[in-house]
Amino acid sequence: MNNEIALRALETMCRIRMFEETGKVRYNQNRLADNFLGAFHSYIGQEAVATGVCLALQKNDYVFSTHRGHGHAVARGIDLKKVMAELRGKVDGCSHGRGGSMHLFDTSLGFLGGNGIVGGGLPLALGTAYSAYYRGTDQVTVCFFGDGGASQGTFHEALNMAALWKLPVVFVCENNCYAVMTHVRETVCIPNVADRASAYGMPGCVADGNDVGDVYGRAEEAVGRARQGGGPTLLECKTYRIDSHCMMLPDIRAEKEIAGWKEQDPIQRWEKHLVENNIAGKEECEKLRAKVAAEIEEADRYADESQYPDPAEFLKEVKCAN
Amino acid sequence: MRELKYIEALNEALREEMERDESVFVVGEEAGPLGGGFGAFKGLLERFGKKRVLTTPIAESGFTGLGVGAALTGLRPVVEIMYLDFITTAMDQVVNQAAKLKFMSGNAVEVPLVIRAPYGIGTREAAQHSQSLEAWFMHVPGLKVAMPATVYDAKGLLKTAIRDNDPVVFIENRMLYFKADEVPEGEWIVPFGQAAVKREGKDVTVVALSGMVPKALEAAEALGSETSVEVIDPRTLVPLDIEAIVASVQKTGRLLIAHEAPVRGGVGGEILRQVQERCFDCLDAAPVILGGLNTPIPFSPPLEDACVPQAADIIAKIKEIIQ
Repeated sequence: MNNEIALRALETMCRIRMFEETGKVRYNQNRLADNFLGAFHSYIGQEAVATGVCLALQKNDYVFSTHRGHGHAVARGIDLKKVMAELRGKVDGCSHGRGGSMHLFDTSLGFLGGNGIVGGGLPLALGTAYSAYYRGTDQVTVCFFGDGGASQGTFHEALNMAALWKLPVVFVCENNCYAVMTHVRETVCIPNVADRASAYGMPGCVADGNDVGDVYGRAEEAVGRARQGGGPTLLECKTYRIDSHCMMLPDIRAEKEIAGWKEQDPIQRWEKHLVENNIAGKEECEKLRAKVAAEIEEADRYADESQYPDPAEFLKEVKCAN
Repeated sequence: MRELKYIEALNEALREEMERDESVFVVGEEAGPLGGGFGAFKGLLERFGKKRVLTTPIAESGFTGLGVGAALTGLRPVVEIMYLDFITTAMDQVVNQAAKLKFMSGNAVEVPLVIRAPYGIGTREAAQHSQSLEAWFMHVPGLKVAMPATVYDAKGLLKTAIRDNDPVVFIENRMLYFKADEVPEGEWIVPFGQAAVKREGKDVTVVALSGMVPKALEAAEALGSETSVEVIDPRTLVPLDIEAIVASVQKTGRLLIAHEAPVRGGVGGEILRQVQERCFDCLDAAPVILGGLNTPIPFSPPLEDACVPQAADIIAKIKEIIQ
């Protein structure tokens, strides 16, 4: 990874973290004011995964996200203002308030949606990958899903067909240890989800999902292979979800476990790496943080000022649809 | 006029659309050499090659999703589900993905996908190969639903479905697949949302879906000059040409709706609701919905035949309504 990308990685991870922190505050304020805004699935702790993977992509590649998708959207570069507005159901949101937190879209970046159905995106990714092959383009599809999604039948169907037809897709399993509140050791009886790859006839690998350098390196290799016609890869990124499943559910996990993972914070680790290797100075990192903080503040203000969609307009549209 | 079978009409529609538009391709189990479960894809592999005639493993959820994903990029896949019953294993992809993505994206994406599947009874294949599930899809906003009853409509509606920018569940009648009819040469289109008046009459309106259309016509014929029966085939359930049905009921004052699916929760109830909302006053007799029994379909031939309305049942009901 060159120095420019290394710095962008830090900046992107900070952007995701600050986005989520502000998003959480606003979500809770709204909730206290009896304005309940659905679920907020925090990406805090997993920033290195979305960042490392998306840095390895071209602009015309395809990305399928999940219910825990704010980090993917930010890492892919969707306008923060539009994402923040969508979380609040505003008309200027990236889905015009129709999708919300779990359904962020930006077709100009090939970002074809979060998904409210765990494992629901895997077959869709098969489709965009087939389309790239069909049209003879060099586009690669990345499909994010979790350790929970890896237990769905769609995982098996999509991986089997992707390998069968050598499609240009990278299946990124974000193993954050928990499907809602059930630990992965209760749902998977082998050491790594990635170990399943060989059964489908595709390469599988495990990345340290809290080390953006490791994620980027492995994603770059998998994306490169897909782009050159080498077929799919199952890339498992081992990480940890610092927050509860969503803001609606209490956390029942051991505090000690959470504290242990906080010591592996991907942003602190990467910043330390940059400073120790003279890639960036402390001051540069602070400047970068300040810049990102200003962007988040602007996005927050934009979301605040944006209007709700007009129900009258919506009803007109619905009435036309027989 | 030449004769063509229903299944051949579907094949012709696919062939013409694939010639016309390179973004059209077909997907499904046995799509290649066998030509699909019943032959709708026959000869397409030889003409268009493997890339456009994709034979899949038995994985309805996976390959239906493949269709949805490819449609998101502007391709126009036609996915075959070998039996409509099997779509149950792909329902997330149909209901939560195909039907919702355009809406949830704020209209940023479209899903120009066709999912074709045969339905219905008559081939003695028991309860998991015989169901009429059209009501499920009519109930889900975001899907269009077509049910062709004739050779002419099979071709014309499928071509419309392929050109439509929304996902279409295209429900075919397996018992009509190998029935032939006279049709013109060349190309034609049947638009969605236009019912067909199959026979004009003045005493009673019979709205019949798919396989019930020939049975309703048979019943009308048998009643002869005794009762003048108007038979209407809606052809598409979404969009539904309720105006044509209402106009007919306003003329006849009597309504019978016939479908193979069980009456409970079926399409008949929905059509009747819409008629009552629009012209309750014009009904001179209590309307009737004639449908399948509330039972899984049995295997044994006489039992299976007893499960769905036959022409004789339609005749008997019409006589009751007229009295």
